[in-house]
Amino acid sequence: MSTNHHISKYDDLILNLKVVYARAYVRLKGLLREPHWSIAEVIIPLLSLSAYVYMYTMLDAPAEYTAFVVVGGAMLAFWSNVLWGMSAQLYWEKETGMLQHYMLSPASRMAVLLGMAVGGALNTTLRSISILLVGTLLFPIEYNLVDANALLIVFLLTIIALYGMGMLFASLFLLYGREATHIADLLQEPIYLFSGIYYPVLSSQVFSYAVKLVASIIPLTFGIDAIRLLLIMGKGIGDVTLHIVGLSLLVAILLPLAYIALRRMEETSKRHGRLTLRWQ
Amino acid sequence: MYAVETINLSRVFELKGKSILALDDVNIRISKGEILGLLGANGAGKTTLVKILSTLLLPSKGSAYIHGYDVVRDAKHVRRIINLVSGGETPGYGMLTVRENLWFFSQLYGLASSLAKERIDMLIKDMELEQYRDVRMHKLSTGYKQRLNLARGFINDPRVLFLDEPTLGLDVMNARHMRKYIRDWVDEDSARTILLTTHYLAEAEEVCDKIAIIYKGRIVAYETPLALKASLSNGVSIQVEIFSNDLTSSSSMIVDKISRSSGVLACMLEGFDGDEDEKGKVVKSWSNTGNNNRHDYNSNGDERVTRLRIMLDDDSKIPDLVSMLVINGYKVLSVKRDQPTLEDVYMRYITSINE
Repeated sequence: MSTNHHISKYDDLILNLKVVYARAYVRLKGLLREPHWSIAEVIIPLLSLSAYVYMYTMLDAPAEYTAFVVVGGAMLAFWSNVLWGMSAQLYWEKETGMLQHYMLSPASRMAVLLGMAVGGALNTTLRSISILLVGTLLFPIEYNLVDANALLIVFLLTIIALYGMGMLFASLFLLYGREATHIADLLQEPIYLFSGIYYPVLSSQVFSYAVKLVASIIPLTFGIDAIRLLLIMGKGIGDVTLHIVGLSLLVAILLPLAYIALRRMEETSKRHGRLTLRWQ
Repeated sequence: MYAVETINLSRVFELKGKSILALDDVNIRISKGEILGLLGANGAGKTTLVKILSTLLLPSKGSAYIHGYDVVRDAKHVRRIINLVSGGETPGYGMLTVRENLWFFSQLYGLASSLAKERIDMLIKDMELEQYRDVRMHKLSTGYKQRLNLARGFINDPRVLFLDEPTLGLDVMNARHMRKYIRDWVDEDSARTILLTTHYLAEAEEVCDKIAIIYKGRIVAYETPLALKASLSNGVSIQVEIFSNDLTSSSSMIVDKISRSSGVLACMLEGFDGDEDEKGKVVKSWSNTGNNNRHDYNSNGDERVTRLRIMLDDDSKIPDLVSMLVINGYKVLSVKRDQPTLEDVYMRYITSINE
C-alpha cells in the first residue's frame, strides 16, 4: 500500500549518532549554563569525604586509606549522576512532556538513552576529576600508578557498566515507579554501604562472602576496588583480572537488559496509553 | 493513496476495571494537500485518534495508514514523515535557547547541519521569533513558547502534521498568526496535510477544507464546512436578543425553556463552545473566555441582555417563539435571521444524537 521509501541501515546509523550527540549536548550545555551547580557538586562530596579522612587519621589508619576515600569520593559522583541523572531521567522527561517528543521521533530510544549517558558521563568525569584534584591538594595522598592502560580499561568498563545500569533503571523507574525520586532515595544509601566508597569491601575481612557477592552486582564495587589497586597500590592488569571479567559480565548483561526494558516500556506505553497520555 | 486513512479504527481503554470506548469504528480519509478539522467536545476521542495516527498509541481494532504506511507495523517509517504539536505542551528544554531547541529537534530527525540551519532560520523568521532566538526557552511567554512549539512541528517538514488544539490558551493575535501560518503552509505544497483537532468552531471554519465531528468516539459528520452548513437547509437559524430584569435566572433555564418549545431544533447562547457534561448532555459555555455567566456577554454591555442562537424547523415558528418568551417575562429586543454557522451544525448533530 505504501510508496517504496527505503530507509537504509546507514541512514539509521547516521540518524542515531546525531541523536546521541544532540542529547549529550543538552547535558553538557547544562553544565556550562549553570556552573554554580558544578561548583556545589564538587564541594559537597569533598565535605563528606573529609569526614572519613579525618576519622581514619584519628584512628591511625594506614596512609593509603586517605587515598581510598578520595578515589571513592570521586567515583561517587558517577553513582549520583547515574541515579539522579540517568535512572530518574525518563521519568523527568515524561513529567516535563519531553518523552512524547522522543517517542514521536524516528530516533532509536536506545540512542536517546545513550546520549543521556554519554553527556552525563562526560559531565561527571569533569566533576570527578575536580574532586580528585582538590582532594589530592587538600590531603597528603601518594599515588602509585604502574599500569595506566589497565586503569583506563577498568575506568571505561566501570563507566559503561554503571551507565548501562542507569539505562536499565531509566525504563524500570518509568514502568513501575510512581515517584522516581523515592526509588532513587531508596537506592542511594544501600549502595553507599555495599559499594565501598569510603572503605574497601572486596579485599576486606569485615564483610562476609555473601555480602561481597551481593556487592559485586553493583558495578561501582568492582570499579572502585580495581581503581584503588591500580592507582594507589601499584598493581598491574594481572591483579585486576577478576574485576575486569566481572565488569565485562555486567556490561554484557546490563546493556541488553536495558534494551529489553526500554522495548517493554514503549510497548506498555503504546498498549495501555500510559506514559505519554497525561491523564493516564 | 490518501495522506491519512483509517479503517474501522477503535480503541478501548481499561480504567479501574471499566472498559471505555474512546474510538468506535472511525473511518476517515484525508487527501494530500488537505486540512481536516476534527471537532469534538472534551473526551470525544480527538486526542486518542491523533495519538494512534502518530504511533504513540496502539488501536484496539481496525487499521490506520499514513501515506500508505501502517501506523502499527511501519511505525518507524511513519515517524519520519509526521510530526505532532499539542497545545500547551513543552517546546523543549528550558535552559536551551530557542535556536538550540530547534537544532536539538532537528537532530531527532537526522537533519544535515546545513539543512537544519536553513530551516531553523526560516522558522524563526516565520514565527516572528527573531528577537528571541538566543533567549532561553524558560524565559519565553506562553504565546512565544507555543510559537516555538509550532516551529518544532515543522522542523522535519512533515508530510502529515497533527495539530492537537494548537491555539489552546493563546491570545487572539497569536492564535490568528498560527491559523494563518498553517493554512499558508499547506497551500504552499500540495503534498502537505494537516489534521487539526479543536473545539473552537470558528477556527475550524477558518482554516479547514473538511470537517469531521466526533462524538463519543464516533465520527457523526464528515464534510466540507459549506456542505455541512448546507445540510441544515431545512432549518432556520435566528439570533434573538432578550432582556430580563430577573438577574437570578440562569442561562440554562432560558435555553431549556426555548429548547422545549415546538419547532425548536436547537438553542444555545452566543459563543457556544460545545462542551458536554459526563452524561453527554450539551453544556453551554462561552468560547475562549471559559466564562459561563450569561450576564457577562451581550451586545451593549447591559448584563440583563442575553443573546441566543436558535435553530427552528420553519420560520413560521418565529412568532410563537417570541410569544413564548414574552409570556415568560422576557422582553424581545431583536430577532435576526442568520446564515447557519458551524456552531449550528455542531449543535444540531449533537442534539439529534442525544435525542
